[in-house]
Amino acid sequence: MLEVQNLSMRFGGLLAVDEVSLDIQEHEIVSIIGPNGAGKTTVFNCMSGFYKPTGGKILFEGKEVQGKPDYKISRLGMVRTFQHVRLFSQMTVVENLLVAQHRHLNTNLISGLIKTPNYRTKEQKSLDRAAYWLDRVGLLDLANREAGNLAYGQQRRLEIARCMVTEPKLLMLDEPAAGLNPAETKELNQLIVSLKEDYNVSVVLIEHDMSLVMDISDRINVINQGRPLASGTPEEIRQNDDVIKAYLGEA
Amino acid sequence: MAANNFRHALFCAIITLIISYPIIGFNLEAQGINVMLTGADTGTVVMVLLAAVMVFLFQLFREQIMGALRSVPNPLPQSSKEPMAENRRAKIESWVLTGIVILALFWPFFVSRGSVDLATLVLIYVMLALGLNVVVGLAGLLDLGYVAFYAVGAYTFALLSQYTGISFWLALPIGALLAALFGLVLGFPVLRLRGDYLAIVTLGFGEIIRILLNNWTTLTGGPNGIGGIPDPTLFGMEFGRRVKEEGNTSFHETFGIAYSGEHKVIFLYLIALVLAVFTALVIRRFMRMPVGRAWEALREDEIAARSLGLSRTAVKLSAFTIGAFFAGFAGTVFASKQGFISPESFVFLESAIILAIVVLGGMGSQIGVVLAAIAVTILPELAREFSEYRMLIFGAAMVLMMVWRPQGLMPMRRIHIELKKQE
Repeated sequence: MLEVQNLSMRFGGLLAVDEVSLDIQEHEIVSIIGPNGAGKTTVFNCMSGFYKPTGGKILFEGKEVQGKPDYKISRLGMVRTFQHVRLFSQMTVVENLLVAQHRHLNTNLISGLIKTPNYRTKEQKSLDRAAYWLDRVGLLDLANREAGNLAYGQQRRLEIARCMVTEPKLLMLDEPAAGLNPAETKELNQLIVSLKEDYNVSVVLIEHDMSLVMDISDRINVINQGRPLASGTPEEIRQNDDVIKAYLGEA
Repeated sequence: MAANNFRHALFCAIITLIISYPIIGFNLEAQGINVMLTGADTGTVVMVLLAAVMVFLFQLFREQIMGALRSVPNPLPQSSKEPMAENRRAKIESWVLTGIVILALFWPFFVSRGSVDLATLVLIYVMLALGLNVVVGLAGLLDLGYVAFYAVGAYTFALLSQYTGISFWLALPIGALLAALFGLVLGFPVLRLRGDYLAIVTLGFGEIIRILLNNWTTLTGGPNGIGGIPDPTLFGMEFGRRVKEEGNTSFHETFGIAYSGEHKVIFLYLIALVLAVFTALVIRRFMRMPVGRAWEALREDEIAARSLGLSRTAVKLSAFTIGAFFAGFAGTVFASKQGFISPESFVFLESAIILAIVVLGGMGSQIGVVLAAIAVTILPELAREFSEYRMLIFGAAMVLMMVWRPQGLMPMRRIHIELKKQE
């Protein structure tokens, strides 16, 4: 469903991403791993439209999307989270989820002002969807708290819920386990697998937590210094000599 | 530490002397054709010295004084005192507000003409501040040229009435829509700007409008302004002693009551009240709609908002346009109230005052903004006895306010949303 072909991104003299290719099928969890500064997040930023790639193609469901503005890409059904949680911290938890459903709602000003029946139904639907996902990530009781006051792990889960209410086809998670304790990481593991199994969402994952990556990924892509190093199933990656070298240094 | 404090205090006191002595301590006196520089009398010099001593003492004991100020119990306690059931609280609130509006409807019939006139001005500021609250408080776009839209509304009515003899009621929507159009036009070039840069550009825009009005003499009359702006009519009834326009009747003759200048003042007040309530209700509705949440999302985190499919262009432009729309409303009412407008009424200070109202009231909070509008407009009037010191008192009140309640009179409260568990 998503194909990245020979993606390159150059910042002045620095070639941050060099000819990286990815291929994500429907119903699949694909991880991108690599040492710090390898260019993983830059690949994400190109995919989600934050950067305009200097070379290569990104095809989403057969259509070229590279260089499109970020909000349009997100409306196509590719939604991302951020390495550092980015919530609307002064808004309540449920408002965070309502904002995300903006494009599903009737945004006509007049119909909202006079509350037409159509507007009411849609609003109720988005509230129900928000309630469902809050329950799903265990935040229903905190629905009216300010998002900025949540604990860190809760904020991470809220960010994923906020993506899910947009009903994406592809979810891009940028280091979702960063800063989580082992118990929380385990919960996250189950959540991501269930997103794939129960909600039919494909997931692209950037992560440093190897046990998480090896556990849930269908395929793994390794990037080193902006260049693709290896790709394959977790088993193949674990035994790949280049990967071991890059991660552990030459013996 | 103590020595440091002392040095700082001494420094402040000397600065006070340097600033105030040349300004207050010397007089320019005309003697024949020469201008002579003379020292002020001893009383003034003593006052200046006293001021320096006061600054010195305040800076020396600053910690203690600020500490004492903070320990003063808050005049408006935070809401968390007793967690009342949310829907009950909302119900009580709406009853109280309705009561206040009804009181405000009958109030002008029992008070002096001067107070009603002042109240009309307050309501105009309420409209302006509520409109700016959308741009600054909700969308987080610092707009220092808001007065431009106010001017557009006022001049639209003034010019249309001068050239086409349009009535107030027709000018009201036209003025507001034209102001909204200007908001949209300003919105485009500043889409990419945030914070300080945005503030500078909007400041420039406000000045451009004012300078344009000042210099386009053939159309706007320049600094001479435009006079003879008609009063609003009530179903074709005029409020003047004699009917000005053919076909109209006069209010006092229709109802067979004696003519009184007060009728017009009260009528204008009631119009302003209705419009202010309308403004408040519409914006309140917007805040609970997707567009309102989008404004706030953009203020909180633009990148996250875009990653969720919100178009920055649409969200920013809607905030500017809707904010400007209500400024246009206020401008039309203002033009009608004054009967005469000139660029003098739309200087930067006006923008600053409206912004001060929003900040004082609490960004995003409607009730707070209304309270602040009342305070900021009435306070200088009450302090009129202090003549030239009134702006000083006004400034001091603002500083104290920001020390006590930096979040504003009534900080914005989040809307409580009941959710049902979904299976």
